[in-house]
Amino acid sequence: MDTNNNQHKLCHINPDWCWLSRVKRIFKITDIMPDFLFRKIILISGLSILILTIMILVSLVTNSMLSIKTFGFKFFTARVWDPVFDQYGSFPFIAGTLLTSFLALIISVPFSLAISLYLGGEFIKEKSFFAGFLKNSIDLLSGIPSVVYGFFGLFLIVPIVRYIQMKFGVEPYGVGIFTASIVLAIMIIPFSASLGREVIEMVPAEIKEAGYSLGSTRFEVIRYIILPYCKSGIIAGVLLALGRAIGETMAVTMVVGNSNIMPSNIFSPANTMASVIANEFAEAIKELHFSSLIEIGVVLFFVTTVISISGKIIIRKFAIRT
Amino acid sequence: MKNLLKNFVKIAVIALACCYGAKASNIELTGAGATFPYPLYSKMFDVYYKERGIKVNYSAIGSGGGIRQLSAKTVDFGGSDAFLTDQQLNEMGEILHIPICMGAVVLAYNLSGVNELNLTPDLISEIFLGKIKKWNDPKIQKLNPKANLPDMNIVSVHRSDGSGTTFIFTDYLSKISDEWKNKVGTGTAVNWPSGLGGKGNPGVAGLIKQVPASIGYVELIYALANKIPFATIQNKNGIFIKPSLTSTSASANVKLPDDMRVMITNTDAKDGYPISGFTWILVYKEQNYGGRTYEKAKALVDLLWWMTHEGQKFTQDLHYAPLSKEAVKKAENLIKSITYDGKRIIN
Repeated sequence: MDTNNNQHKLCHINPDWCWLSRVKRIFKITDIMPDFLFRKIILISGLSILILTIMILVSLVTNSMLSIKTFGFKFFTARVWDPVFDQYGSFPFIAGTLLTSFLALIISVPFSLAISLYLGGEFIKEKSFFAGFLKNSIDLLSGIPSVVYGFFGLFLIVPIVRYIQMKFGVEPYGVGIFTASIVLAIMIIPFSASLGREVIEMVPAEIKEAGYSLGSTRFEVIRYIILPYCKSGIIAGVLLALGRAIGETMAVTMVVGNSNIMPSNIFSPANTMASVIANEFAEAIKELHFSSLIEIGVVLFFVTTVISISGKIIIRKFAIRT
Repeated sequence: MKNLLKNFVKIAVIALACCYGAKASNIELTGAGATFPYPLYSKMFDVYYKERGIKVNYSAIGSGGGIRQLSAKTVDFGGSDAFLTDQQLNEMGEILHIPICMGAVVLAYNLSGVNELNLTPDLISEIFLGKIKKWNDPKIQKLNPKANLPDMNIVSVHRSDGSGTTFIFTDYLSKISDEWKNKVGTGTAVNWPSGLGGKGNPGVAGLIKQVPASIGYVELIYALANKIPFATIQNKNGIFIKPSLTSTSASANVKLPDDMRVMITNTDAKDGYPISGFTWILVYKEQNYGGRTYEKAKALVDLLWWMTHEGQKFTQDLHYAPLSKEAVKKAENLIKSITYDGKRIIN
């Protein structure tokens, strides 16, 4: 009855729309086998993610073939990146990426650990106003677009770093690896902190209480009970944060100094793999330049894949322990 | 090689075609390329749409991207700040370079209390090669006796992204310094011997403003709009020229080649500013390709004619330098030589 009415209505408005009622009828049939259809849809969506990942890899590799053939392994060790004379070596960028992200990690770990211990229930009562406020601001931090972090770095951290550099007597650029690491550290703290909080919350109250009843101080409970218990979860959070730091582009490009010369110290201006791609891709006219940039993309793809897979493996280990 | 990009563009075009399918009866032109002339082009295309009813879409994706899209034949014209090399022309077929306007690259600096700075070509190349290290170097001081130059290291700032601005500036440096030519060369992105990189004009200008004792190159428009001080530069004739729209246009008052593939940096013109250049629109000489209609080709030719003539009046308000008379004449000949099925479209 209902369908009929609709058909009339639709046909009445515009005869071209009569087919819509037929669509409705098809959906009627599918009501009988929603389970079957649902399974197919889920399967297709799941497979498409897999296929998409493979397609990304294949297109990256095919597009970088020219550079892979031309330079071979030297691409990773050569230090000169010269689009004019067609010499492409990515070592300074690999070094820049690793330096900025590991330095960021070192800076961020104490902070994220402290935040996760605090929010994990060791120091505060559940649902206190301050805990809620802190938790929400951490979530907020993770949602800020990276370009905003870039501005923040440029206007606030760069002058501070320049002041430090003047004290140390190095070139007062303000921008460079150190500045980029600080900005990155701030960006990744929310990731490792929220994952750390989750695993610390999962520590059973019984074993903590057992610790206290044996006369342990709060520090000893954290040091000998909570941290060992959560070790793999915290490391996994740190690794996922590292994956994010390695791939970060916009904020880093704005404060890293973008110099293709091999960095000599942590204050040197440098360039990372992601930022060199962002910088040069739009105007890469030469074939070899184009394909070398894509090869850097391949390297980036592999590095982030390895990091995220090892993070997953550690998380799985943790899951077995609980 | 560029399948990835090509396919992506194809999908984008199909998607656009679907969206605009209903209005397909009107002729629409699409272009892509250089970011430098984008503000001017969008003004011109906006006025053109109001006057002639022909819609022109331009996406500022960079000269390199524009050339790639033109060679994939997904756009009607490309925009570029650098002309195509002979090799590229061999690969892509016959492509015309129509000059649209001119721009200048200025050396902006951050020296407190120094409002005027004179520089010679030698000094510029030595600063960017990292050979002159201090601002109070006797060579700089001698040229600027009145300026109170600090005992600070010079920090040179360059573009980190590939850019037509870099092309013009490095082309100039290669012309005035053999050492630069052999060591670094000319390109949209080069291996800078020293200094910091900033992304885009805003990035470079931001670094110059932030880092004391820095000097870097930005487009004239950008320095004017942001009120950053910039240097006066000695040209080939030994005259110190302050960069301006007039001195930029004047730099093209020289004998120009018929195909307009020319860099006019280090110009012979007496009152011309030495670091200036054209920005071009690139089109295929033979317009009957990929199923294009005659109407579309005609619309493109009309647009180019309008841009190099009536459209020129919009240049100065937006801080672009208009084409010199000599350049307009060459552009006319080029536009007239565009053909459809081997026949000229306008005479």
